[in-house]
Amino acid sequence: MYHKEKSIQMKSSASALYNNLSVLRIAPRSLTYFTVVHANMVNMVSASWDGLNYSHRQLQSKEANVATSSSLIMQAAWCVLPSRDILVLTSQKGIQMYESDGSIMVYWHALDTPETQTAQAVFARGIAAVREKYICVGISSGSMLVFDVPIKGSNITLSEVLEEHKESITDLASECSGSLECIADMVSADDSGNLCVWKSGEDFQLLNKIPGFDMSCSSVKLWKGTVVAGYGTGQIRLYEAVTGIVHAEVNAHARWIYSLDIAPFSGLLLSAAEDSLVRVWHLTMTPETNSVEVTSQTIPGRNLTTPRTHRQTLTASLPLSPSRSCTCITSV
Amino acid sequence: MSSRTLPLLFINLGGEMLYILDQRLRAQNIPADKAKKVMNDIITTMFNKKFLEELFKPQELYSKKALRTVFDRLAHASIMRLNQASMDKLYDLMTMAFKYQVLLCPRAKDILLVSFNHMDAIKDFVKDTPSVLSQVDETYRQLIEMYTPLSSGEFQLIRQTLLIFFQDMHIRVSIFLKDKVQNSNGRFVLPISGPVPHGTHIPGLIRMFSCNGEEVKRLQFRNGGNYTGVLREGSFEMFGERVIKLGTNMYSVSRPVETHMSGTSKNSAQKKSVNTAPNPLAKEELNMLARLMGGMEVQKPGNADSGFRVNLFATDEEEEEALISRPDEFSYDVIKIQATKNQQANAELVKIMGDFTEEAGEPCSSSANSKGDDLLAMMDGL
Repeated sequence: MYHKEKSIQMKSSASALYNNLSVLRIAPRSLTYFTVVHANMVNMVSASWDGLNYSHRQLQSKEANVATSSSLIMQAAWCVLPSRDILVLTSQKGIQMYESDGSIMVYWHALDTPETQTAQAVFARGIAAVREKYICVGISSGSMLVFDVPIKGSNITLSEVLEEHKESITDLASECSGSLECIADMVSADDSGNLCVWKSGEDFQLLNKIPGFDMSCSSVKLWKGTVVAGYGTGQIRLYEAVTGIVHAEVNAHARWIYSLDIAPFSGLLLSAAEDSLVRVWHLTMTPETNSVEVTSQTIPGRNLTTPRTHRQTLTASLPLSPSRSCTCITSV
Repeated sequence: MSSRTLPLLFINLGGEMLYILDQRLRAQNIPADKAKKVMNDIITTMFNKKFLEELFKPQELYSKKALRTVFDRLAHASIMRLNQASMDKLYDLMTMAFKYQVLLCPRAKDILLVSFNHMDAIKDFVKDTPSVLSQVDETYRQLIEMYTPLSSGEFQLIRQTLLIFFQDMHIRVSIFLKDKVQNSNGRFVLPISGPVPHGTHIPGLIRMFSCNGEEVKRLQFRNGGNYTGVLREGSFEMFGERVIKLGTNMYSVSRPVETHMSGTSKNSAQKKSVNTAPNPLAKEELNMLARLMGGMEVQKPGNADSGFRVNLFATDEEEEEALISRPDEFSYDVIKIQATKNQQANAELVKIMGDFTEEAGEPCSSSANSKGDDLLAMMDGL
């Protein structure tokens, strides 16, 4: 189960964006990195496990040299690949990739921005590391960029552009259970709630398309071949990735879900929404019957119903490591 | 982010401004004909055809400075005058009220209903003036045309754009504090009771299905809140019940308008880092601003008899005190622009251009000339 640990204060508040907290555990150095996006900046803090040392860093969005407006960052997330960890920032101008401590930018990809402003916004959003060497990033047009990442160095190349979604990409997720048996490697979600399930490779292959119901899916996870999707209506749905069969439907929150996360080994799912609540669920897979059971969990000793006067907006939630997890609750 | 945010920001802030001014005009017992003239003049300027044309074009939001300048101009579009302290307070109230409305909207799409609430009230203010009324009606049509086809995700992007614009603003407003919708630290309270938004189910149910789609199990859980049902959907047409109460007039003569300056050094550091980064589009934005100003006809102040001053505070002494004691981090830098063909005024504009890019008091004379050219050309054309 979860227990609350020491709170960490970020340098500035979290912006109202989906999936706005990314965490990277570095076991060999007993450190954890956290990032939270604040407008055109990313606040990064590195915290030692003994809770004694904190060091802060800020990364700025890169503005292309044209006379257009400032570049707000949509998302920051670590991509964990076998040989290296890359920090990816997606903004209105493009995609920045850094070495894991944020010290060196190793790659910059500029988005095609039209000369004059169009009604359709332009930005990149949705980040996932897939298998050994791919980093996928979504675009507001619905396209997805697949980058091929070498073991080291900055020779990152754009390998493929996937054009399947017609609406803005909201989130991407890769299979997080660690199992090599799973056929599906990645799931992508968009503003109309459509979900696409992919197999990675030289050419990414579309395995399945799960139709939405005209409601944005803002956060998505892929675990043991199950897609877990959070929607603007506050509902969470679980689907079998490859077939699209609905396993479960949860009326989880009273407002828009902003973030989901799964602890891969325990099957604990966290959902955070604009109703100011973080909820914990337990997912149990039964392969024989091909079913998934969902139960609600309460964190022992912690009353989710805190006094009304202290309720603040939740704009971030937490990625989980196998044994530990942490919440970051910040207000706008 | 979203390039469709500015019209909503402008109309809603304008609406809040009118509520507050209306309340103050009554509280100060300004003669009815003068009060009505002020309201009419401001609304006429707000809904000026050329102005709205510019506003509705796809564009990023203005900087806070630029937006404040627009509202300064708007507030002075009539015979009414406001001192610095009162204008600051007016702007604080307007922005915090709209921030509250954006944050508490049940669905992102309901921002449009909030806008219609403001529009409905504005329409009521000018119901006896057919010329303005037709402009207001035209704006309804533009809003409906532009926004009703948008998806939930696009509305959420607009909402996120607005929340980022209002980020770190925590001015305490006494009405909000009294009603317990704002905490003493300036943050708004999100309720976990009341009806859930239209289209959402009350949290509490888990349904599990078999492979062929049959429901095999149901589980209930305690949602920790006190949700009482589902909201009906409000009307997105020119007339109709909006259902959402956010955006309706919360002021009355008996509910005073007060703000508290709750500045702490922590907040000021945050504000500085976001606002003072050099803005490469300063020229672009000023050009836009100039076009907007050109569309807003300025009323000559008139003779001393018809003009009057409105105070947002209870007494003149309080107003003076507020100006002196306002913490630095809350001061609004306003660009003073006069849209006249006056040569001197144009020179002033060039100087201000320098100010805007330098973020300091010193004009940047050498490089200002080329940047100023476009702007001068534009001003000459007005």
